[in-house]
Amino acid sequence: MRTASTGRIQGALPATLLVVGLLGGWELYADFSGVQEDLLPAPHAVAGALWSNAGSVAHNALVTAEQVVLGLALALMIGFALAVAIHLLPLLRRAAYPLAVGSQAVPIPVIGVLLVFWWGFGIFPKLLVIALICFFPVVVATVDGLAAVDPEQPKLLRTLDASRWQAFRFAELPAALPAALSGARIALAVGVIGAFIAETSTPTTAAYSGLGREIITNISGGFQTPRAYAATFVLFVLAIACFHLLTLAERALIPWNARTERGAS
Amino acid sequence: MQALADVSLHAAPGELLAVVGPSGCGKSTLLELICGLQQPDSGRVACAPAVLMPQRDLLLPWLSALDNAALALRIARVPRTQARAQADALFAELGLDGFQRARPHELSGGMRQRVAFARTLLSGKPLLCLDEPFGALDAITRGEMQEWLAGTLAREPRTVVLVTHDVEEAILLADRVLVLSPRPGHVIAELEVLLARPRARSDHEVVALREHALTALSGARAR
Repeated sequence: MRTASTGRIQGALPATLLVVGLLGGWELYADFSGVQEDLLPAPHAVAGALWSNAGSVAHNALVTAEQVVLGLALALMIGFALAVAIHLLPLLRRAAYPLAVGSQAVPIPVIGVLLVFWWGFGIFPKLLVIALICFFPVVVATVDGLAAVDPEQPKLLRTLDASRWQAFRFAELPAALPAALSGARIALAVGVIGAFIAETSTPTTAAYSGLGREIITNISGGFQTPRAYAATFVLFVLAIACFHLLTLAERALIPWNARTERGAS
Repeated sequence: MQALADVSLHAAPGELLAVVGPSGCGKSTLLELICGLQQPDSGRVACAPAVLMPQRDLLLPWLSALDNAALALRIARVPRTQARAQADALFAELGLDGFQRARPHELSGGMRQRVAFARTLLSGKPLLCLDEPFGALDAITRGEMQEWLAGTLAREPRTVVLVTHDVEEAILLADRVLVLSPRPGHVIAELEVLLARPRARSDHEVVALREHALTALSGARAR
């Protein structure tokens, strides 16, 4: 009989093998191709840098993790609220959709300084940058999800005397949740790089520098490439951790959904 | 597009009126007029508040069977525990006991229709509009559900307009059967079904009435 834990180990096996294979190839290439360490450090050098700078990397990782989580939360709230407004007010769809699309073309450094001028050197301007980068897929997916309710459903609800608000609350909103969470997955995938952009494009104090600053200073300033790679590795792990957190949230929020049910069984 | 023409019908309180006709004869339009979901281009609809039971059950997949049945009560702002208690009381009567917590996808087609019917009953409206309630079920389940509906309505009398393309189903269940022509639908025959219940599909009178209705239908199609 297959227990849950052996099943989990077997499930993680392909990913582990792939990572080990890629790391092995990278190590061999870095050691024997003659590429300079400033350009591409070998994994063992990155691991060494991670070990010897553990304190500062851990501190900056916490700063960045906080920004990613809060920034994504802000992105989800803004994206979801905007999608609901667009769904309920067709006029807004024509007005707001083009603006939302246009917002995705704004290069962050253009507005980074302005945001800091308005809200200071703290965390808030960075959260706004992350939200700006991440909210769009949430809007698109949620608007589509809200519109995908069975067209017969409103008729049934009307004969049960449901108001517009009740039709939204009882039928459209829960029906849109799986799509909204798919949007959240996409948002999450760009959330970590969003935090990097936020940290490197807004003037900041040391308390809020995070992994982004750590990477940029080590790449361009000190030629400490292994240390920059060590911080990058932490970003990489952070992205995967966020993704798993969202999968857990999906199981709690949409237990009727086929994807989460397969995952839970 | 004109769906109905010169349709006149009347149902007495507590009566089960069946409307049969070929696909696309405007049967569903008729129910939507009765339920106030559409307004007639001409003519008048006067009836008590009506509730629709659509052909597809349209149960909400994120709610349990009990909460689906209690939907109308929740919409009427009955508190959750009270709504569930009211739905629960009906579950045993409808043969749904033990399925309160099941999600719709865990239920068979027949059980889903029972839950949908419970939802319809709990709306508390005096007039039920059933749109092909058993049309999507297999023949054996459909037969069981017809018996079940007849039994349930004997205990919980309501005024019912039942739309179906199954002539036999109409005669088994109804007090009166209206036969509609193809689009634009108009009434081509009206049959009083004064037979005692329960009725069996092999009863002489049922067979005779079925043939009568089918003859009327094929006559209308030939024209």
